[in-house]
Amino acid sequence: MTVTQGAIDCDIHPAVPTTQALLPYMDEYWREHMLRRGLERDNFDMAAFPVNAPINARPDWKLERGPPGSDLAAMQLHVLEPMGTSLAICNVLHGAQVMMSEDLSAAMCRGINNWLAAEWLDRDPRLRASIVVPVHSGELAAEEIERMAGDRRFVQVLMLAMTELPLGRRQTWPIYRAAEKHGLPIGIHAGSSFRHPPSAGGWGSTYLEDYVSYAEGFAGALNSLLAEGVFQKFPELKVVLIESGVTWMPASMWRVNKTWRGVRSEVPWLNRLPSEIIRERVRMTAQPLDAPPDAASLEMVLEQLGSEDMLLFASDYPHWHYDGAEVLPVGVSAGLARKMMIDNPLATYSRLSPA
Amino acid sequence: MNVTLREPRLDKPGQSHLGFVDCDVHPFFRTPADFDPYLSARWREHRQTIGNRSRQGLAKGSQYPRMSPGNGMRMDAWPTHGGPPGSDLRLMQEQLLDLFDVRYGLLAPLVGGAAAERNVEFGAAMAVAVNEWQCAEFCDPDPRLKASVQITLEHEGSALAEIEKRGGDRRFAQVNIPPRGLEPLGRHRYRKILAACAANGFPISLHLGGTSGHASTGGGWPSFYHEEHPSYVQSMQTLVTSLVCEGVFDEVPDLKVVMVEGGFAWLPALAWRLDKHWKRLRAEVPLKKAPSEYIREHFWVTTQPIEEPERASDMIPMIEWIGPERVMFSTDYPHWDQDDPRYAFKVKLPDEWARMIYRENALALYRLD
Repeated sequence: MTVTQGAIDCDIHPAVPTTQALLPYMDEYWREHMLRRGLERDNFDMAAFPVNAPINARPDWKLERGPPGSDLAAMQLHVLEPMGTSLAICNVLHGAQVMMSEDLSAAMCRGINNWLAAEWLDRDPRLRASIVVPVHSGELAAEEIERMAGDRRFVQVLMLAMTELPLGRRQTWPIYRAAEKHGLPIGIHAGSSFRHPPSAGGWGSTYLEDYVSYAEGFAGALNSLLAEGVFQKFPELKVVLIESGVTWMPASMWRVNKTWRGVRSEVPWLNRLPSEIIRERVRMTAQPLDAPPDAASLEMVLEQLGSEDMLLFASDYPHWHYDGAEVLPVGVSAGLARKMMIDNPLATYSRLSPA
Repeated sequence: MNVTLREPRLDKPGQSHLGFVDCDVHPFFRTPADFDPYLSARWREHRQTIGNRSRQGLAKGSQYPRMSPGNGMRMDAWPTHGGPPGSDLRLMQEQLLDLFDVRYGLLAPLVGGAAAERNVEFGAAMAVAVNEWQCAEFCDPDPRLKASVQITLEHEGSALAEIEKRGGDRRFAQVNIPPRGLEPLGRHRYRKILAACAANGFPISLHLGGTSGHASTGGGWPSFYHEEHPSYVQSMQTLVTSLVCEGVFDEVPDLKVVMVEGGFAWLPALAWRLDKHWKRLRAEVPLKKAPSEYIREHFWVTTQPIEEPERASDMIPMIEWIGPERVMFSTDYPHWDQDDPRYAFKVKLPDEWARMIYRENALALYRLD
């Protein structure tokens, strides 16, 4: 038995093998639309996650055919069986989420959610999923949440940290309204639709710079949710930061607390210390965890986070952040491991428990 | 860890708070016409008729209005006889330089609009004018004040000429480069300018702020100053990442970078993230050593607006990681969030660290005295 026996894996990435695989799950109009335009020949990878970059494809998890993560049997062999996973939440990263056409985006997201239910959730009872939505259209995204919410195997709504508008803006509120109504946390995944460079500092040259910037993107997204009053407007809503790197959070909390003390009269609805709201309402998946691989560093970060309730266990399959079975960050105590693997996911995702 | 918190507040500066080097002091102009004596007739007319044009919707001022008059000024720093805070040397002396017996003050002139100017020839002319103005109005009358060379990054020829011209002039201590530029500073197009700074013995100072035309966050334009203020840190992080990943420090090994007004508690986590993910992507970014090693060798930070960890003692390991020899005290006079040397640190620093942070690090870096 491994130390992760019975763990709830809060971030695995099934991949759409080819766009052709989605066609049976799209309605007649959009299927023909895709074929007329030849779109089934493109795989719509997201630029934020080049599939063959070493960081996104652990060497022993690569497939003979198709992008990493595109084969259920391989996923079972690579993670679900060896880690003894009890439940795993599928987060599909796909260009469908960020298409310029909100309508095409919505149509492809519908196809992905249908495909997920039929090809993954129906075939392995351990699997759960996040609803993939057209992130740039609050209205169409909310419609998709309503369409899928009846299937309780969908436990979360998936967003990206960096899109067109900061995530707290009112245009996005229909998504939060629908998610709160159905008991779905908002899962914000690392990445960008690259409508903007990663910061006001401009476009860098390398993928490493982009990847590193995703942590900054989370800070911006979280500050937006706080400043716009989303946590007050939607008091039941929970937010999960997925693949954020974790260790940027304490300094970011100190900074936003200090800003709030100085200029809170600009945002009077933000009526509590931001760090208190974050500890209550925000959760983070723990792979990757950007700290030196020693117990002392992790201990310091955990003390600064000031909560053992915030971290969620995740394999981040098939991304490459660790080798072998070293999925738990070095220095995690047995007690914290249990919270990360079982208690915290159950407290975060109400739909993981029987109705 | 047992850490002593600060002693109760003192009304008068104690001996230990005197004689520091202030690495962030803001001089301002009384009216934009203050720059006219240093502009040619052509650019004087341009300034009066067209003026600054940057990449934003408002003709003047900030898209994110501050919470106090004068775009975020300390309320008691307005000179009684007119003009904005920072424009009256005598008041600056009274409230800062003399009060604390400041040994040196590093000027960060956020004026003239050279950095963000779309007409780069006008920007270049304004940069030169601001350099002359700093000397005439501040550094010559009070030699404790050291100027920062203003340049227009997008006009390489004038930038190189200005760096060269001020190279031997001891009134200038560093070259100011905006952290929000059109492209991150590590990109090849800026390499000659960085090399010229190093060759002339100038550290570069990245003072937060400004507008590049790019959204303040990677997810778009925020609504509030409450978000804009922390987003400056994100631009700073982009520049650290860019300078390291582009291999700038292998090519320009003498380059020294000072990050001003960006805080610093975020730097260890950024370095950890860079190190960790560089291991996977080093084929793309073939550096000679780990990113954190470049950071520790080439970066300095100033303190204001100092982070205030929820547990005050958490400040200590942050400084330990960065290195107490790389942290330099700054007030940000006369801005609203100015730090006071008596109260800035909420935890008592070891005496040796205090000497280094308040004085010795800046004296050594800028070769003052």
